[in-house]
Amino acid sequence: MIFIPKSFQNSSSTPEDNRNRRNLGMNLLWLAFTIIGVLLGVILSAKAVDPTMMLHGMVFSIAAVLSAFALIARNYRNINSPGLADVNGSVNYNTEIIKAGVIASTFWGVVGFSVGLLIALQLAFPVLNFDLPWTNFGRLRPLHTSAVIFAFGGNILIMTSFHVVQRTCRARLAGDVAPWFVFWGYQLFIVLAATGYVLGVTQSKEYAEPEWYVDIWLTLVWVVYLLVFLATIWKRQEKHIYVANWFFLAFIVTIAMLHIVNNLSVPVSFTGVKSYSLFAGVQSALTQWWYGHNAVGFFLTAGFLGIMYYFIPKRVNRPVYSYRLSIIHFWSLIFLYIWAGPHHLHYTALPDWAQTLGMTFSIMLWMPSWGGMINGLMTLSGAWDKLRTDPVVRFLVTSVAFYGMSTFEGPLMSIKAVNALSHYTDWTIGHVHSGALGWVAYISFGALYFLTPVVWKRKSLYSDALVNLHFWISTVGILLYITAMWVSGILQGLMWRAYDAFGFLEYSFSETVEAMHPFYAIRAGGGALFLIGALIMVYNLWRTVRGDVRAKEAGSLVPNMEFAGAR
Amino acid sequence: MDYHSVSTFAQSYGLLYLFGLFIAVLAYALWPRNKEKFDKAAHIPLEED
Repeated sequence: MIFIPKSFQNSSSTPEDNRNRRNLGMNLLWLAFTIIGVLLGVILSAKAVDPTMMLHGMVFSIAAVLSAFALIARNYRNINSPGLADVNGSVNYNTEIIKAGVIASTFWGVVGFSVGLLIALQLAFPVLNFDLPWTNFGRLRPLHTSAVIFAFGGNILIMTSFHVVQRTCRARLAGDVAPWFVFWGYQLFIVLAATGYVLGVTQSKEYAEPEWYVDIWLTLVWVVYLLVFLATIWKRQEKHIYVANWFFLAFIVTIAMLHIVNNLSVPVSFTGVKSYSLFAGVQSALTQWWYGHNAVGFFLTAGFLGIMYYFIPKRVNRPVYSYRLSIIHFWSLIFLYIWAGPHHLHYTALPDWAQTLGMTFSIMLWMPSWGGMINGLMTLSGAWDKLRTDPVVRFLVTSVAFYGMSTFEGPLMSIKAVNALSHYTDWTIGHVHSGALGWVAYISFGALYFLTPVVWKRKSLYSDALVNLHFWISTVGILLYITAMWVSGILQGLMWRAYDAFGFLEYSFSETVEAMHPFYAIRAGGGALFLIGALIMVYNLWRTVRGDVRAKEAGSLVPNMEFAGAR
Repeated sequence: MDYHSVSTFAQSYGLLYLFGLFIAVLAYALWPRNKEKFDKAAHIPLEED
């Protein structure tokens, strides 16, 4: 079954023989892992104490079998290939993994936005819960949050970090199979998590819903991710480590730490899905929001700031406004963010001083956040015309503006007196979405529009007009979304705290729910526009990959500068 | 070491520690001799092949 290269029969060894032998050795090791994976899956499935573990064991086995086939096919395919060495003095970058990342993140983006639209409609029209356990809001809501944050955002981060670290270190991505293990291992994590939610498996921690066995799998994948990233930096040809890599590294390391600590738990059975957290009571709450807020700080902020610090200078062809400011931005952001979590627990059993501490650190975060925003925006100084001529720049710049807006709103909402009104209301949902749609998704769209022509080696995008259309449709969508949630949230907060002359609550809870209805309908409308915009992007990217150019725009498209440089 | 002493320690020395770190970062970023290095670093993304 296993191919033995001819060179093994010769006694003399050339560097190429050595390379083949080393590759074969590594491939055999990876193959051994897949065999262990198949066995583990089969055992989990056969001994399962609940149906979901039985299913997930099978999924795991099938994934391991497919990986084994892929490894063997890959070994045959690569045996006579020129290898990974640098050609003519220029680095042979790994672009295949970036292409896979573009496809995966675009796919998961559409899935995540669609589920978001569905649950928005469920809130406005409860009949859409269909009275089935698998489709009710409680199960689909984590499906939406995980799909957009971890499946869409996570794939974007893995893809862009792999691209940026190679380019700014001038070194090919480390590892041969390892980056593909990270990519496919992460997709497997998404599938296990998502199917688990629909079947009712959750450990009930917001943004950390997957159960213990899925958490262990993600930890494995994440450690390999960290090693691939570090090894690439290790063999860099550029002396200085560019600031974007610092942000990516902070994101990878901190997420590993947060994920492991918050998910410490004891499984009831090693062949069952259920586990109990190691923490209880207020300790559990604080650990959860230390995790939860730093998922925002390091996953949705630090990682995406890495994208900002590479893709904005690249697209406008100017160095970042102030490199010194970027260093201050980096260190103050990571040292402040980690303490802001307690603002999720105002007026709870958490000690008062800890609440105040969380609030204080949140307010201090204004400084690095706005420093970073100014740094991103001012990179355009002298090139502001690009905002008019290049719709991709428009996405990137608008994302930074939304970053500034939502990092202004966040500290404001962390102030106890404001939080008393805003907490548990739709204002929070609106705030999250101005960050998630405006900042995270827009900078991701900018990166996708930039990367697709680069990695597929196309002269330009298929159409800039469609990028522009995507921009305006989704911007109207975001504005409808956040304004509806502001009005709804403040209304809700005010109704909850209204007393009548006798000191009784003025409104029953169901009256406040009824008052939300028009805003929920508007919000769903905004979400629908956002989804339509994303579908326009999918079409545009697909045509770009095929190498098409829209005839009407052929002469006026913004060129892919890397393509022009290569010619 | 009870809860009270731990929280008092965190509330006082925590401030000094973080403020010290911030001063160190400022000094590193703004040190005149580092200027040339950082100006060069800012051009890394634009100089690739």
